[in-house]
Amino acid sequence: MTTPLVVTKRMTEFPADSHTIDRYEETGGYEQARRATGMTRDELVEEIKTSGLLGRGGAAFSAGLKWSFLAPSRPSYLVINADESEPGTFKDRQLLERDPHQMLEGIIITAIANEVHDAFIYIRGEYPKPARRVQAAVGEAYARGHLGKGILGSDYDLEVTVHLGAGAYICGEETALINSLEGLRGEPRLKPPYFPAAKGLYMQPTIVNNVETVSNLPHILAMGAEEFIELGHPLDTGTFMLSVSGHVKKPGNYELPHGITWRDLIYDVAGGIPNDRELKAIIPGGASSPWFVPEIHLDHQITKDVCAEAGSMLGSGAVIVMDDTTCMVRAAERIVRFFAHESCGQCTPCREGTTWMEMILRRIEEGQGRAIDLDLLLDVSDNISVGLGWPPKMTTICPLGPSAVSPVLALRDYFREEVNAHVELGGCPLRPVEVHA
Amino acid sequence: MTEQPAPDVVSITIDGVGHRVPAGSLLIKAAQDNGTYIPRFCWHERMNPVGMCRMCLVEVQGPRGPMLVTACTNNVADGMVVDTRNDTVKKAQEGVLEFLLANHPLDCPVCDKGGECPLQDQAFSHGPGESRFVEIKRNYEKPIAISDLVLLDRERCILCARCTRFADEISGDPLIEFKSRANVTEVNTFPDLPFSSYFSGNTIQLCPVGALTAAQYRFRARPWDLQMVESSGLHDTAHPRLSVQVSQNEILRLVGVDNDATNHGWLSDKERFGFQYLGSEGRLTTPLVRRDGELVATTWADALDRVAERIVLIRDEDGGGAFAVIGGAHGTNEDAYALSKFARVVLGTNNVDARVDDALASHFLAATADRALISDIDSADTIVIWGPDLKEEHPTLYLRVRRAAQELGVRLVVVHPRATGLDDRAAIKLGYRPGGGFELLDEIADGKHPEVRRALSAERVVALVGQASFADGPKLAESVAAYVRNKAGSARILPLARRGNIFGALDMGLAPDLLPGRVADEDAGREALATSWGDMPAVRGKDTRSMLEGLDSGEIRFLLLVGADPARDVPDPRQATLALESAEYVVSIDLFLNDSNRDADVIFPAAGFAEKEGTVTNLEGRVQKVNSIAPVPGQARPDWEILDDLAERAGRPIGLSNGESIAKEISEVAPAYAGISWDLLEWEARDGAVVPLSDAQPLSHIPVALKGDKAPSAPLILHVARTLYDDGVMMRHSQSLHPLAPGAVAHLNPEDAKRAGAQEGHLVKVVTKHGEGEFSAVVDEGTPPGVVYVPFNQPGAGSLGTEAVVRVTAVGK
Repeated sequence: MTTPLVVTKRMTEFPADSHTIDRYEETGGYEQARRATGMTRDELVEEIKTSGLLGRGGAAFSAGLKWSFLAPSRPSYLVINADESEPGTFKDRQLLERDPHQMLEGIIITAIANEVHDAFIYIRGEYPKPARRVQAAVGEAYARGHLGKGILGSDYDLEVTVHLGAGAYICGEETALINSLEGLRGEPRLKPPYFPAAKGLYMQPTIVNNVETVSNLPHILAMGAEEFIELGHPLDTGTFMLSVSGHVKKPGNYELPHGITWRDLIYDVAGGIPNDRELKAIIPGGASSPWFVPEIHLDHQITKDVCAEAGSMLGSGAVIVMDDTTCMVRAAERIVRFFAHESCGQCTPCREGTTWMEMILRRIEEGQGRAIDLDLLLDVSDNISVGLGWPPKMTTICPLGPSAVSPVLALRDYFREEVNAHVELGGCPLRPVEVHA
Repeated sequence: MTEQPAPDVVSITIDGVGHRVPAGSLLIKAAQDNGTYIPRFCWHERMNPVGMCRMCLVEVQGPRGPMLVTACTNNVADGMVVDTRNDTVKKAQEGVLEFLLANHPLDCPVCDKGGECPLQDQAFSHGPGESRFVEIKRNYEKPIAISDLVLLDRERCILCARCTRFADEISGDPLIEFKSRANVTEVNTFPDLPFSSYFSGNTIQLCPVGALTAAQYRFRARPWDLQMVESSGLHDTAHPRLSVQVSQNEILRLVGVDNDATNHGWLSDKERFGFQYLGSEGRLTTPLVRRDGELVATTWADALDRVAERIVLIRDEDGGGAFAVIGGAHGTNEDAYALSKFARVVLGTNNVDARVDDALASHFLAATADRALISDIDSADTIVIWGPDLKEEHPTLYLRVRRAAQELGVRLVVVHPRATGLDDRAAIKLGYRPGGGFELLDEIADGKHPEVRRALSAERVVALVGQASFADGPKLAESVAAYVRNKAGSARILPLARRGNIFGALDMGLAPDLLPGRVADEDAGREALATSWGDMPAVRGKDTRSMLEGLDSGEIRFLLLVGADPARDVPDPRQATLALESAEYVVSIDLFLNDSNRDADVIFPAAGFAEKEGTVTNLEGRVQKVNSIAPVPGQARPDWEILDDLAERAGRPIGLSNGESIAKEISEVAPAYAGISWDLLEWEARDGAVVPLSDAQPLSHIPVALKGDKAPSAPLILHVARTLYDDGVMMRHSQSLHPLAPGAVAHLNPEDAKRAGAQEGHLVKVVTKHGEGEFSAVVDEGTPPGVVYVPFNQPGAGSLGTEAVVRVTAVGK
């Protein structure tokens, strides 16, 4: 299927040097930013609101609406969340490495719209090459007067600082990120009262936006809100990037309009499952999301609302495909282990509960599961995420704890027999077990 | 200072019952105040809430239906409907407890906290009854000493962050912090930096489990074995409220008692652990008299008769002027009153002084025109501190001021020769050369520090004034107070004096120019007092320094030392030591032998803190009751009892039959103490009573702007000040705390250290006109260039006298 590319257009056409400022400017770069220096805050906010652009970091909140919530106190700050850590997501990486100026231009537009003169790009520490590319791009932009004092020939000042994270998934949560940026422990803050738009970085009003979100902004200004809307779905405007990994022939990042089905994605776009294996399960929106199964979800459209109605989420657009060689218990344990390891440790249910869940799952996988263990797992989960729904009803400070519950729900809803088989067999029915570190 | 406007009130429903509660209050507190206890671990009334433990989850009706929220981080809203015990909430509570107990070790049988443990209590009242956790619990090496006083057991820790928040938020010593993350998060110290905070003991008290324990108390008792009585701590003249806890007649620990008036329940470690001297082997247990050059034990009758005989003899020969009384600042008000009456009636002298030559003017301490309450600190616009480092000498005030500056937006101005514990909270910090205080004050008055003048011109100013450095002398503080009174809209003063019950002592007339009840020792006052005391001496009395001079010259023949150690405690002890050596007759009432009484003629063993009942008065003028619960060692007796007995034998009885009757007499005879009784303090005034209760206070003293000297000009000036732990007698006999005293150290700025060839930890020779000694060098950015800071009265350190000019050279090495 042919889709007009927006944020991956330049890197697709000019794979060798799409990250350089020369190529960027030659292909129309920084013109929209220059235009923006002559626009008012209200004009910009309106335009972005109209375009219906939703945040691409996982929460899918209207970007323009978020900007309009910015509290009046100044100075205000802009923080770009490049801490892409959701397992299965690697789209921002591509944008950072291959088209950093696109993001920078988006940053300038966002900054002007929010009266920001100091912006920070928080890149996860495990992305050294993207960080180098971004830092180089920032240097190039400063050298050409697109950043710093009086940018792009205007009298608007904008400083951009690149900051590296130090290996914590939870620092992708906006308030934990802000704490980390301030030099504090990467722990989420209580909301209310610490909504970033009201009290964010240094307790000042702060906009936190995802890399892909701001990368769309120059294009929205260039083509206009109306055309952007037409590119996608009325409620899911524009295009979006999906990272596809797991048992597919062509894993990678794909820029797609909303509305295609999972079947299209897996069998067309990603080339199908290798070795003629059967599809067993799909994780639609990153490790936090409840799983889908082909029997029910294969022909659902990939949109925010359809996913939500099916009890899951599109999230950060990270699709993990699992074929029938995959042990569901092992997969669940792996994901729960991730969350247990990444828990910030602040609140009791997540800190203790996720590790407990990991231990139970490991016992089941290693053949020491008991008949009551799945129900125990579900009750422990219920004490973290009451009612086991999505979005979760949390007993915790942030949704990380409840995220760990998602794989367990799949075991309950679709793979109970497989769990029972582990218990009865005293081991994994799919392969000899040699679990991890 | 100003009336608070009546708070707004909102209506909320808790478990079906309507309540009216203060608007803006936390739900957990509003519920508690209205009879509904919501279980919790991380929430502490005196700290900002963090919502971490999740134990206080309750269900509130929200716009999208019922939601579970933490009661500690949500304010009440009008119309709020809260469920604290429905099935959802109960399941959440059981869930949290099951999670907490999953990794919590089954240490109860050997854990200090057992019996007073919030985790035990809430597991019993709100827990699931059984844990389904069958996995392996996490392990740590346990316990580890995080300081000399505090032990940490990380297995027991439930990571509520109360201790780390206290250390950072309340005490300003962020020396413990969470390390790592997730299930292996632990509280710990930083590498090579122990938890040496003056307030570390508070974390033990507020830890909701047995993770933090006191090295001194560990394994010593079960809470149900303890008898306890409330009292006031006397290491700190704010008199923080505490509970003295005893088992088998031995004081085992002191615990802070929460109150709004003084300390919010916090205690410095000196207050909390500094009771060990009471049980020391060195306590005097029998009267001692000198026979053939040696001090030997004798009976009370023998000792008292000897002294009485000598009193009568000297009184007949030379009259009242030959007597001197130094001390009385460490006992109760009843003791102090007895001493005051004894001096005037029995000895016939006004030579009485509880200040050991290092405090401010007696009238200034006893009655400024506008004394502050400690709570005025919370509502001030500006607080100015020009005096000692509060962290070293007034820890209760230190915590209170820190909180005001940090949480309540109060503007803090600190004036001090070197770094202080409150600099990080100060809006303005002014330094000056020790001895140069008057010059600085003139500069400020002349407009050279406009920001300071502006801050002092605020509407409500609270000034904490005292002697910042020995080089400043005692007159500067009063001049500062005078200046502040001039500038501020309305000023309140807290004069800072350090010794135990000095304010109570002065209120009882233990100064040459004071009589009981804040009455000047002049004709009118004497006449009034004479109606109950009989004939009163009219000759003007001497203060401590003059008394020591008099002892030296022979004019004074008889010295009564009551809980005083001038040979160590006066800024320049040379004169004191000579005076004591040449004194004709010295009688001491004390707990211990010390440098001042070891050559005495007669020593009476005294009862100490918690061994006698009485009242004490703090720097606000707040009278509180101190209570007894520990037996006296051997034959020790309270001061007043000894003096009453002695008076009788010396032919001039003073009629003090028991502590309570003395309190009654005080209320009748001392104008400022009218209406004060033990009953009042025990039954009605739970936070004590600030005197005077009515307008009755004859003494009124407006602070006077005095003139002082300029700082000597020399490359190096000596700054001597006291530290919390030192070589004072009580510290010397407190085995947990004495090793924590800094010892013989000299702080030098890096520039000066380099010039002197001094290296960190190596010896330097410090020489003044009056003394010299070897000290271990501390290279310290907080001590400005041109200043050498030597903490006073340290183990192993000799005295350097009061001369400010000093020379420092590195020793060998």
